Amino acid sequence: MMSFMKGRVLVVDDDSALAEMLGIVLRGEGFEPSFVADGDKALAAFRETKPDLVLLDLMLPGRDGIEVCRLIRAESGVPIVMLTAKSDTVDVVVGLESGADDYIVKPFKPKELVARIRARLRRSEEPAPEQLAIGDLVIDVAGHSVKRDGQAIALTPLEFDLLVALARKPWQVFTREVLLEQVWGYRHAADTRLVNVHVQRLRSKVEKDPEKPEIVVTVRGVGYKAGPS
Amino acid sequence: MSGDSAASAPGRSGGRPGRPVGRKATGSNWGRLFEGGLLEGGVQGSPVIRLFMRWVRRPLLPVMRLWRRNIQLKVVATTLLMSLGVVLLLGFVVIGQVRNGLLDAKVRASQSQATGGFAVAKQQAEQDVSVTGDEDIAPEGHPSQSVIQWMSDLVASLSSGGQGAFDVVTLPAGGESGSGRGPRASGEVNPTVSVPAELRERIDSSTSPAQSYTRVVYNDDKESQPALVIGKQVNDPNGDPYQLYYLFPLTQEEKSLSLVKGTLATAGLFVVVLLGAIAWLVVRQVVTPVRMAAGIAERLSAGRLQERMKVTGEDDIARLGEAFNKMAQNLQLKISQLEDLSRMQRRFVSDVSHELRTPLTTVRMAADVIHEAREDFDPVTARSAELLADQLDRFESLLADLLEISRFDAGAAALEAEPIDLREVVRSVVSGAEPLAERKGTQIRIVGDQQPVVAEADARRVERVLRNLVVNAVEHGEGRDVVVKLAAAGGAVAVAVRDYGVGLKPGEATRVFSRFWRADPARARTTGGTGLGLSIALEDARLHGGWLQAWGEPGGGSQFRLTLPRTADEPLRGSPIPLEPKDSRRNRGLDDAGLPRGGDGEKSATVPVGQPGSGSARDPFPLPPAAVTPTADPTALPGSGARVVARSGRASGSTRMTPGTLGEAGAPLGGGGKDAAARRPSEDAGDPARRTGDEGPGDESATRDAERDGEASRGR
Repeated sequence: MMSFMKGRVLVVDDDSALAEMLGIVLRGEGFEPSFVADGDKALAAFRETKPDLVLLDLMLPGRDGIEVCRLIRAESGVPIVMLTAKSDTVDVVVGLESGADDYIVKPFKPKELVARIRARLRRSEEPAPEQLAIGDLVIDVAGHSVKRDGQAIALTPLEFDLLVALARKPWQVFTREVLLEQVWGYRHAADTRLVNVHVQRLRSKVEKDPEKPEIVVTVRGVGYKAGPS
Repeated sequence: MSGDSAASAPGRSGGRPGRPVGRKATGSNWGRLFEGGLLEGGVQGSPVIRLFMRWVRRPLLPVMRLWRRNIQLKVVATTLLMSLGVVLLLGFVVIGQVRNGLLDAKVRASQSQATGGFAVAKQQAEQDVSVTGDEDIAPEGHPSQSVIQWMSDLVASLSSGGQGAFDVVTLPAGGESGSGRGPRASGEVNPTVSVPAELRERIDSSTSPAQSYTRVVYNDDKESQPALVIGKQVNDPNGDPYQLYYLFPLTQEEKSLSLVKGTLATAGLFVVVLLGAIAWLVVRQVVTPVRMAAGIAERLSAGRLQERMKVTGEDDIARLGEAFNKMAQNLQLKISQLEDLSRMQRRFVSDVSHELRTPLTTVRMAADVIHEAREDFDPVTARSAELLADQLDRFESLLADLLEISRFDAGAAALEAEPIDLREVVRSVVSGAEPLAERKGTQIRIVGDQQPVVAEADARRVERVLRNLVVNAVEHGEGRDVVVKLAAAGGAVAVAVRDYGVGLKPGEATRVFSRFWRADPARARTTGGTGLGLSIALEDARLHGGWLQAWGEPGGGSQFRLTLPRTADEPLRGSPIPLEPKDSRRNRGLDDAGLPRGGDGEKSATVPVGQPGSGSARDPFPLPPAAVTPTADPTALPGSGARVVARSGRASGSTRMTPGTLGEAGAPLGGGGKDAAARRPSEDAGDPARRTGDEGPGDESATRDAERDGEASRGR
């Protein structure tokens, strides 16, 4: 589907040198970068360019990255990768909770960045037609839809991937590390907060009562598993 | 040489009662001998005396304590004593004066009365001489009946003038008797007993009147009374001398005097009590603010800097309060300034680190792009590109470590503890270190991973600590094996990383955790460590409420031990792994007893263990407990850097922990620091496993460890 054009990437960063460097690297990898330096203009640029992925610096003039992230997420499920100088708990968690799929801490290696972007764009590949059930949800993998009693539930691609990963093997308990590898594409263990935050977000959308999850069940001390169908 | 051994050798201090190290024989000065000796249990000598002293002392102790601590009591008691003395003195003086005054008046009145009486007697005798002149013929020695009668009349007539005020007594002169002029007395007075013999002699020997004090004794039931007696030798009508006495009872004076005495005593008592009460009130006025100041000072030192004294008036106490408040305010100001400064500095470090990141990212990416394309460059440029990339890596890790440290300094590090199996962490760390180990020709062995070693910990941090320790061990292990040992016991789990490389010199075991510390500044920086790894590891351990300690001996390798509480918030009391490994040279000293030892071993025979500075002390194992002489070198006590302080929000002063020691079987025998040691008896009672070991945790082991300067955990 996107064999030639690997993807349009919107880079939201106020540091022109870094933005330019990101452009060089991304073009070198065959992406199509576009740039915006101001948080206030980020949403307009997003609507205009319709990127496949957003690279978002958290510290921006005007609207800050968190706010931009929230706005983009409100109207699209497009993958968002945050660039942050702070790996502190609060910053990262706030970023993830505002809708970012992944984050990457400065300074990063170009390869690392590209790997993350690829991992997020990977799901654009054509999936095989597949019908899954988890709890009282019906998942159409090819159609990228989740329905409860015929009602569609809107999920971001990442949340969808997470749900599918769990639903495909309902007998298996997934550790956070395994989920990081399968869903986020990390080859070795990274920050498990990613999983925690996105499980929370997913639950808030698919669970009837997020306080008493039935779809994504926590297995204490190990990880998560799909609830019984 | 072995000065780095931080753990007490097994069996060394076994079973010794935990006497405080600092206690010595009572001091040379007397005050201390008294206080410390008599009152506080330093009495030497036979057990019986000691027992007796204890028995005597026990009820007195609270009183003595109150006396020592309560200035009000002291002042009131002293005031009472002193005023009592003054009142007594005053009373005696006043009573003496009153008595003298009373008696003087009485004596003068009595004398004039007596003189008159004597004159009357003399006059009557002369009158009667003319009357009875004819009867003078009566034979000598047999006074005529008329003289006897005359004398009785005389006594009656003389005494009739003063009924009750005085009595009259006549006695024969010169003690003669049987002359018929026997003693006569008025008013039932016993004449012979009432007049003192000494006075009679004086009267015999002179013709002038004489006086004396006596007690009047009555023939009837009347009580004897003090009295003044005045006597004179007078002639009777026959011209024969006889003694005439006037007795003046002092009853009235006695009464007056006792009245005065009673009044004085009552007044004195009131004065004393009142003075005591006044002293109490006055001292209270002074002491109350002082106590308030003390209480507030305590609260201030406990960190409540906003505490102030209440100031009323303008007197000295008020000035004290004002000065105190001013001091507190300045203190608060300075502290908050320092805090601000420190916060700003930490913020600055954090900001700098963050600000550096964006340009660094650009540089990093640019360098990588150049690095990727280096094949197209000439060799010099290509090499430069490589160096650029390598050094950027190093720069990055340094920056990351700096940021991590600044996060710890800012107290921003948060623990995300959940139950983890340390075996998993160790395995992943070891597998991560395998490539490096292969390059160095080192084999990493894991020991003690048969059972799960589960603890509530932050996996990310624990992994970072262990990775650091393992990589360090491999890097400094000189190609020899590295052993990672796991153990769990009691409320603690531990991982020890042992290498057999260059080891640590005495004193280095504590310094390894210093920031940017390097074992040998001259040594080439072959390994690209940032110099912050162990500092961060120590902070990580501390964040868990755990210990990170090092032991090492030069040439004998080193061992780093991470001890974590099994559950967060549980204070550590010991570690399941002894800090000094069993295969240390010192511990092997016993096993190789028959073999010639190295330099270390030779010294061990002569140098007693436990001497600070005698780093090479190696003693036979096991040493009789008594041979360990804990000294109270303050620099060697725990606290000179030989401990890890738990961070978790408790007052650092009370929760300091010193590394404990452990039994060989992994039973937790080790104690914490002094606090823990003090509590130990009761705690141990419930845990028989702790008693079975022959290794006494005690203070002295911790102290000695510290003395050996081998303790590696660092407290700040």
